Amino acid sequence: MIQKITLTPFNSFVIPFMAGVLFLLVVCIWKYIRWIRLFNEEQRAVLRKNWISWNIFPAIWEMLREGLLHIRIFKRNVVLGIMHQAYALGWFLLIVAGAMESMSAVRHLNSDNSPEFASELISQGNWIAYSKTDTPATDILQNNPENVKIHYKRPLHLAIFYRYFLHSNSPQFKNAKFYANLMDALLLYVFLGLTLAVIKIFRSRLMGMRNTTRHTIIDRFSKMSLWCIFPLRFLAESVTASLYGNGGFWTLSLAKLFDPVIVEGMEMSLWLFYSIMLTIFFVTMPFTRYMHIFTELFLIYFRKIGMTECNAKSGYSMFELNACSRCGICIDGCPLNRDVNGHKVQAVYLIRSIRMKERASVIRTMSTDCLMCGQCSIACPVQIDIASLRKIQRNKGAIDTRGNYSYLHGMRSPFNAMGRVAYFGGCMSHLTPGITTAMEQIFNAAGIKYWHMDHHATICCGRPLEQQGFFNQAAELREKNKRLLEESGAEMLVTSCPICYQSFTKEYKLDIPVMHHTVFIDKLISEGRLTVRHGQAKTAYHDPCELGRGMGIYNEPRRVLEAVSNPQTVKLERENSICCGFNLGNTVLGINDQTKIRNAAIENLTESGAETIATACPMCKKAFLHNTKQPVRDIAELVAENIILEN
Amino acid sequence: MSTVAIIGAGVAGIEAAHVLASNGIKVKLFEKGASALKNIQDKAFLFPNFQSAQEIVTELSAKLLSDNIETFYETEIINLGNSQNSWVLTDKSGHEYVAQAVLVSTGYKVFDASRKEELGYGIYKGVITSLDMENMIRYDKIVNAVNSQPRNIVFLQCVGSRDEKVGNHYCSKLCCVTAVKQAIEVKKRLPQCQVSVFYMDLRMWGQGFEEMYRQAQEQYKINFVRGRISESASTFDGRLQIKSEDTLLGLPLKMTADLLVLMVGMEPSTGTTDLGKKCNICGEYGFIESLNPHIADNKTAIEGLYVAGTAKRPMTVQDCINDGRSAAVTIQDSLRTKNQSSNAD
Repeated sequence: MIQKITLTPFNSFVIPFMAGVLFLLVVCIWKYIRWIRLFNEEQRAVLRKNWISWNIFPAIWEMLREGLLHIRIFKRNVVLGIMHQAYALGWFLLIVAGAMESMSAVRHLNSDNSPEFASELISQGNWIAYSKTDTPATDILQNNPENVKIHYKRPLHLAIFYRYFLHSNSPQFKNAKFYANLMDALLLYVFLGLTLAVIKIFRSRLMGMRNTTRHTIIDRFSKMSLWCIFPLRFLAESVTASLYGNGGFWTLSLAKLFDPVIVEGMEMSLWLFYSIMLTIFFVTMPFTRYMHIFTELFLIYFRKIGMTECNAKSGYSMFELNACSRCGICIDGCPLNRDVNGHKVQAVYLIRSIRMKERASVIRTMSTDCLMCGQCSIACPVQIDIASLRKIQRNKGAIDTRGNYSYLHGMRSPFNAMGRVAYFGGCMSHLTPGITTAMEQIFNAAGIKYWHMDHHATICCGRPLEQQGFFNQAAELREKNKRLLEESGAEMLVTSCPICYQSFTKEYKLDIPVMHHTVFIDKLISEGRLTVRHGQAKTAYHDPCELGRGMGIYNEPRRVLEAVSNPQTVKLERENSICCGFNLGNTVLGINDQTKIRNAAIENLTESGAETIATACPMCKKAFLHNTKQPVRDIAELVAENIILEN
Repeated sequence: MSTVAIIGAGVAGIEAAHVLASNGIKVKLFEKGASALKNIQDKAFLFPNFQSAQEIVTELSAKLLSDNIETFYETEIINLGNSQNSWVLTDKSGHEYVAQAVLVSTGYKVFDASRKEELGYGIYKGVITSLDMENMIRYDKIVNAVNSQPRNIVFLQCVGSRDEKVGNHYCSKLCCVTAVKQAIEVKKRLPQCQVSVFYMDLRMWGQGFEEMYRQAQEQYKINFVRGRISESASTFDGRLQIKSEDTLLGLPLKMTADLLVLMVGMEPSTGTTDLGKKCNICGEYGFIESLNPHIADNKTAIEGLYVAGTAKRPMTVQDCINDGRSAAVTIQDSLRTKNQSSNAD
């Protein structure tokens, strides 16, 4: 009769590791369930509707791309990319390869069914044998070695402490040497990341980062444990290798330097320290920035199936907040960091403060002091919707202003604009009459019937209020403007202000097309309805935040500018363009700081020797006009100056 | 025999040249433009006594007719160098001039009103600056955008002064009284025209100013409104619609006007800023900084280099004349001390 015995690897040093894993698992599951329960109605609906859909595939692709390969960081800076990738991909592959290695080994041992080997393992004391019968497993093995079926168990920790548990006369399964070398190579890869991380502390500029995040104590503590894990694993494996001759090329080469007699006593403690470091990391992980590791994957999935932020903190916000790895890539580009001092309000700090539930006044100050220029959203490798997270913190829904706009109730469109283009200059264009008069000239020259709304009645588009968290009030204004437009019968809406343009496009949901004037002029020129002369002015185009980063309009203004002038190259342009400093997103920034940011933007624009600064936003134009010797023109004005009138 | 170089033939420069020359000191007077007294020639009448600016020009010009004064027009000094008790001045074409002391009286320019685009200068014909208005008064041709007689004229104070957005925190000092003067001049010529002055606060600091202000309200019925104009727009008939707030009543205000007169402030002239930067004597806003505003207001941080007039700060014509004279005396004193000490050696 064949008797079955089971062997499982065990040593007391795996206890902390297993406890750590269990803790991490419980806490993460508990947190994720809690956050999913916090989803609002809209997000629940999205989840119900799309939880299984084709979008899962792009989601998985992005998880691989950004969770492991970190392509976005690579695009930003190769060395920084290697650092992040070595950590993420290296460790991931280490786990995968380790699991495969232990799997192959156990499969080999099970089929080999060698009682001698089993006895040896048991005698070393690292494997515990037991049987289902009353006879102890060791007795079965000794008395009846021919008729025994040995089953090797493969618990989680076998892969992690593989070299310790299977060292002496390691079973020479197929590819055993390959796996040993592969594991060493992967460990070397992780070490590369570790080395770069250490270098980054002293020379972050080598990785394209001028400023790095100032971490809290618990984050640093957790990071230290992470940094210790791999050297300890390497040391422990090398010591084991020097004693038993197992391991790959790298561990063996270090093992040769050790005297087995001396290091023998250190073996256990090194494996124990390795286990403890893993435990510390796992236990601290849910409370530190390393929570991003798993959360990012969830966030990518939720985002891909169509979930978005709303006006209040929701479960989705919790995923966003926790997906931030505090890598600090958002800090450099922020105008409040680059050009002025004393504003520690960057996305990374705001998100941390919200996550760590700091005092409400602290969070309010941080969320208010921001230009909302969108520079950080562009930089964020996780693509967290920072602007919305900030807006949520600015929510002033509790302030009751009902009746404030009662004087607008009777407002009706006084003009029948049926079949016309409605032109909405916007509040800011009231302050830059140069732009509106130029637009009128362009409409007339192109023979377009238009209705200049500002001449009759216009209300603010609502976006400045929206940005400051007055959501109800903004909605009220939008309602009135929408009715005004619908009643007029206009066919299309052209606006000169990118702030209004963004609002009309994203928040109004109008039935008629909405265009920014640069897009409209570009269309007129390409359709041949407007003929322009190529002027000689050397221009430099300033991408307004709301038009570029906000709405992704980069090419149309450039094409128009190309047609009427000689645009010069600008160092920081397109999505990297510097905010003019006077964005309405920030109502608390002092004039001195605004001026500094503006001057930095002007310097960036005029470095290449441009004579005229060209922009497409009345806000930016006003900001530049106030403090520069160079002429500042809106693209519409440059076009109006260069119109060729045909008979 | 000492030679003093004076850069800028404006009010302060000429007055200083005159005083130095009549004390037997040789003066080389450099002027970037083709003629002297460019800034004051734009003016019609001077407050507080409504004296014709032309009279002042004639009188000051006569002071240049001295054997000791050598005038160089269209000569822009672009570099100053100090070597062994004497100054070498280099002009644009590379000529060099030597002097024992240099007086910088490079003056001011007015604020470019088109930088405040919301006010519509350069866009709407009805928006003019105080200089344009001065010319209208001088040639007695006060007209609106369509060349007819205006019915409503609005003056706006502090354009480019006391305005942190354009970076000029300082008060230009004389626009308040200039607006009162111009408003009265307008009323004298067009008694039917409605005239309003929008102000932040009126600073009637000089002798006779307060009386003029009172006269403007009581005798000429000029309307003074405390409030800034936020924007102007054109109406269909080519007039202007301005938006403001009457901050004493606390009410928003819309008004239709034929002319909006922007009381532009004073900024250092490009020559002032350039020379100031070159010699490292630039103070705030590009004006030249004097060594001590009380006891050495004509001296600069560099010995032998002096400053007078609006190159230092906004000043009235009266102040400039006084400052020119004071600079001349300061220069004379130091030249004498220097000569005595060199004689003693």
